[in-house]
Amino acid sequence: MPDPKHSGALLQDVVFRWIARAFAFLVLAILLAIIVSLIYGSLPAMQRFGFGFLVDSEWNPVTEKFGALVPIVGTLVTSTIALVIGVPVSFGIALFLTELSPPWLKRPLGTAIELLAAIPSIIYGMWGLFVLAPLFADHVQPWLIHTIGAAPIIGALFKGPPQGIGVFTAGFVLAIMVIPFIASVVRDVFEVVPPVLKESAYGIGCTTWEVVRNIVLPYTRVGVIGAIMLGLGRALGETMAVTFLIGNAHQLSASILAPGNSIASALANEFTEAVGDVYTSALIQLGLILFVITFVVLALAKLLLLQLAKGEGRRT
Amino acid sequence: MGSLYSRRVFVNRFNLAMSLLTMAFGLAFLFWILTTLFLAGFHAFSTDLFTQMTPPPGSKGGLLNAIVGSLLMAAAGTLIGTPVGIFAGIYLAEYGSRGWLAPCTRFINDILLSAPSIVIGLFIYEVFVFKVGHFSAWAGSLALALIVIPVVIRTPENMLRLVPDSLREAAVALGTPQWKVIVMVTLRSVRAGIITGVLLAVARISGETAPLLFTALNNQFWSVDLNAPMANLPVVIFQFAMSPYADWQTLAWAGSLLITIAVLALNVIARTLFRQAAPK
Repeated sequence: MPDPKHSGALLQDVVFRWIARAFAFLVLAILLAIIVSLIYGSLPAMQRFGFGFLVDSEWNPVTEKFGALVPIVGTLVTSTIALVIGVPVSFGIALFLTELSPPWLKRPLGTAIELLAAIPSIIYGMWGLFVLAPLFADHVQPWLIHTIGAAPIIGALFKGPPQGIGVFTAGFVLAIMVIPFIASVVRDVFEVVPPVLKESAYGIGCTTWEVVRNIVLPYTRVGVIGAIMLGLGRALGETMAVTFLIGNAHQLSASILAPGNSIASALANEFTEAVGDVYTSALIQLGLILFVITFVVLALAKLLLLQLAKGEGRRT
Repeated sequence: MGSLYSRRVFVNRFNLAMSLLTMAFGLAFLFWILTTLFLAGFHAFSTDLFTQMTPPPGSKGGLLNAIVGSLLMAAAGTLIGTPVGIFAGIYLAEYGSRGWLAPCTRFINDILLSAPSIVIGLFIYEVFVFKVGHFSAWAGSLALALIVIPVVIRTPENMLRLVPDSLREAAVALGTPQWKVIVMVTLRSVRAGIITGVLLAVARISGETAPLLFTALNNQFWSVDLNAPMANLPVVIFQFAMSPYADWQTLAWAGSLLITIAVLALNVIARTLFRQAAPK
């Protein structure tokens, strides 16, 4: 027969554990609730448009004819531009921070890059709209049109008038926004490389670049890909900066200088003004598509990074 | 021999120079954005900014209602989200070594951390705004709370794992119930770490715009009623910056500068605190 004081303490323990457990469970519940509510909200649009929603490029609130092709393409293209510019730069920054920087500079420089991630999206958008877009329209885009635009095949991507705002500018600002995320993860995975491996390579006379190319990169390949996916996940869902810069035009264009639309910016611009169930439901379905895409990308990123961490445990 | 060697040296120098350039590229944008903000926002700073309401185009005004609205909603969001995050973090660190729930939660939490915030706004719109029938600051605060949770969970979890088991064992050996060990001993030893997490979460939500667009909406007038639409800095900046009126745009710059100063200051404080608190 346990004394009452002891069993009281036991009860408190059990209650406390269940409270903590319930809150951990709440996180899962939130995710489930998000998915369920998005699916529920997009049912009317799903019933009306079926799978055609994914490949139809028409977006007409007046006739209530909606297709998601333009925003999906816009989201994918801006994110691709962001990665094409952002990945090499992030890689260079991570390389600088791990191999080149004098130790006393490592922390301040790393913090500066991470602060770039702390600046809110809307600030990037405003800065892009008032500072970068005019600069691009006057100097960068005319140059692109004259040089790359004149080339065969790839030239089709750089045609049309230099307007400043458009898919390219949005993608460029996205690149600056994802750089800190990719760079800091790549720096962290570069740092898990055992020093012995690097020292051995230096010992047989490798240059710094050869060490990075032949030792660090092969060792951390999975982690680097994970970091890139993480950046991609961020780029896909970025809303405000893209809304300011993409031009919000529901049109498909071969040129990346032309205005377009992305899922997130379509939502930001149109959701509060949407009238009628079908319009609202079509927008919610856009949100569902965005959530599913980013979920898959982020889950893959996480799995890759976990795999690197596991390998590290085995090898050391 | 000479040519191979000089080629290797050249490739090495070239790539390292490129790496230096990318670093400069990144820093250049940070300084460019900050200088633009200070130059454009600073001359809009006046006492009006903190004492007047958001004006209609063409007349003088400030951002008082938006500043207060942002503070209120950030506070409410943090107050709702923090306990959830701390308890879930406790579960992950203290009870999470067995079972499926902890690894699952950890995985999902990392995804929620990077999930597009506009979808969170959509979700709150559907389950709250739509059911209640009107936009409100509560809805905005809930949306912000959902963003706070994943940020807060990570810090107690990581910090609690660093607490030496001998500390827990010492407390248990005295006959302390487990919940008391957690609340009075381990949680206390990572207090600074938890504050860091909360500060980072506040920094994250102070600039969030997308989840407020269809929850808190905006309000041109003074309002502290959490059950009604409320003005907030990010949405006001969005509206004013996209407008063609010069005086609205100036206010938008001032608001941007305010937010950026707040966010960067919170980040720097959180980092300093974390470095001091991290177990050596």
